[in-house]
Amino acid sequence: MPKSLISIHDLAKEEMLHILDLAAQFEQNPASSLLNDKVIATIFFEPSTRTRLSFETAANRLGARVIGFSETGSTSVTKGESLKDTIKMVSHYADLIVIRHPLDGSARYASEVSSVPIVNAGDGTNQHPSQTLLDMYSILKTQQSLDGLQLTMVGDLKYGRTVHSLLQAMALFDTRFIFVAPPELAMPSEYKQFLHHRNLIFKESRDLLPHIPDTDILYMTRVQAERFQDPMEYEKVKNVYALTASMLQPCKPNLKILHPLPRVNEIATDVDDTPQAYYFEQARNGVYTRMAIIAFLLGLK
Amino acid sequence: MNMDTDKKLKVSAIKDGTVIDRIPPQSLFKVIEILGLDQTGHQITFGTNLESKHLGKKAIIKIADSFFEDEDVNRIALIAPDAKFNVIRNYEVVEKRQVEIPDQIRGIARCVNPKCITNHQNVETRFTTKKERGGISLVCHYCEKLTNAKSLQIITKSSAYTTDF
Repeated sequence: MPKSLISIHDLAKEEMLHILDLAAQFEQNPASSLLNDKVIATIFFEPSTRTRLSFETAANRLGARVIGFSETGSTSVTKGESLKDTIKMVSHYADLIVIRHPLDGSARYASEVSSVPIVNAGDGTNQHPSQTLLDMYSILKTQQSLDGLQLTMVGDLKYGRTVHSLLQAMALFDTRFIFVAPPELAMPSEYKQFLHHRNLIFKESRDLLPHIPDTDILYMTRVQAERFQDPMEYEKVKNVYALTASMLQPCKPNLKILHPLPRVNEIATDVDDTPQAYYFEQARNGVYTRMAIIAFLLGLK
Repeated sequence: MNMDTDKKLKVSAIKDGTVIDRIPPQSLFKVIEILGLDQTGHQITFGTNLESKHLGKKAIIKIADSFFEDEDVNRIALIAPDAKFNVIRNYEVVEKRQVEIPDQIRGIARCVNPKCITNHQNVETRFTTKKERGGISLVCHYCEKLTNAKSLQIITKSSAYTTDF
């Protein structure tokens, strides 16, 4: 079976660091002809414009040609084709497949029936490992180290796929975690146990402001209305964790704010012009990270 | 020995075959399904809600002229972790086998996550087992979600798993 990237758990710490190192190399030299004889397929069974454009940019910057679809309306999936058959077919066309699918576990299954490497670009609520790696790349790039940092996670910590994966990856390093969320969206106990088993320090809080002065990385997430059974509850908490520029005084000089985007009202636009805002650069880092992932899986770097 | 005599009174003895003992009563029919005993042509007798020192109440199955591989024995680990397989030859117990929880389980249980690929497409379920205080729980190989003993659903198979004598 070719090497695929399905879950952040598939990577050993050394492999993660190797991919981050490759990403830094691609950032230095973003135009490459490494893949000019390769075809990359991006097959998106549900729309995700941001992720798809990022992967396609990465493939293009590596010199590869790109095939694929961005939603299933015009494909055989609407005729009832199984995921297995779609993957079998595409793996005979392309050298690597990037897949986004609404069902949990679909990417793992795809990697078991494919003859070429699979990159999971999001399988339902389960995993999205390239997001985690680009988050880590952004942390490494802005802090020069992944060790000894205070990572404050804010917003929807219950359902947020990105915070769970980032937590698990950063648990390989010496990280202090602060979880800021309303009780309805608190970090699930399985992740707190996970940190406990690794003797890592974490703190839960309902207030963001007291934690800003000690934070190195502030990881904001969107609180989604559809997560709440009672719309009144959403109205109560939706603006509780909205970050404004005035809240960033005082803060550490190295503090950076990350957000997987899209944001709604959890980061006020006046934050965009502060030196702490890093979410748009974070999106650009995604391209270098995805170039690194593709090159790594194809064994070219 | 008293218990053995007691059992013989309640469920008739077999000459050759297997006696599966210490099955939780609520799991009896699931054990029958998992082992494919509903498809076998061999003589089967079973009793349920029998008194048990260990379980309070238990069920027992006697299958004439049938013997089981370790793999089959472990298939019922999820629903009858205390079960014992006694191999009978000429009315005597010649071997006792304890169920062991395998590290990996394929195709026996259903994933509790309704959005898991295994609940939508023709994909065999696959889990790694995790021993916890509340019993066994399963981590789905595909969606990575946890299925605990409470929410466990067994996939019934009609194929027979008994090895003929």
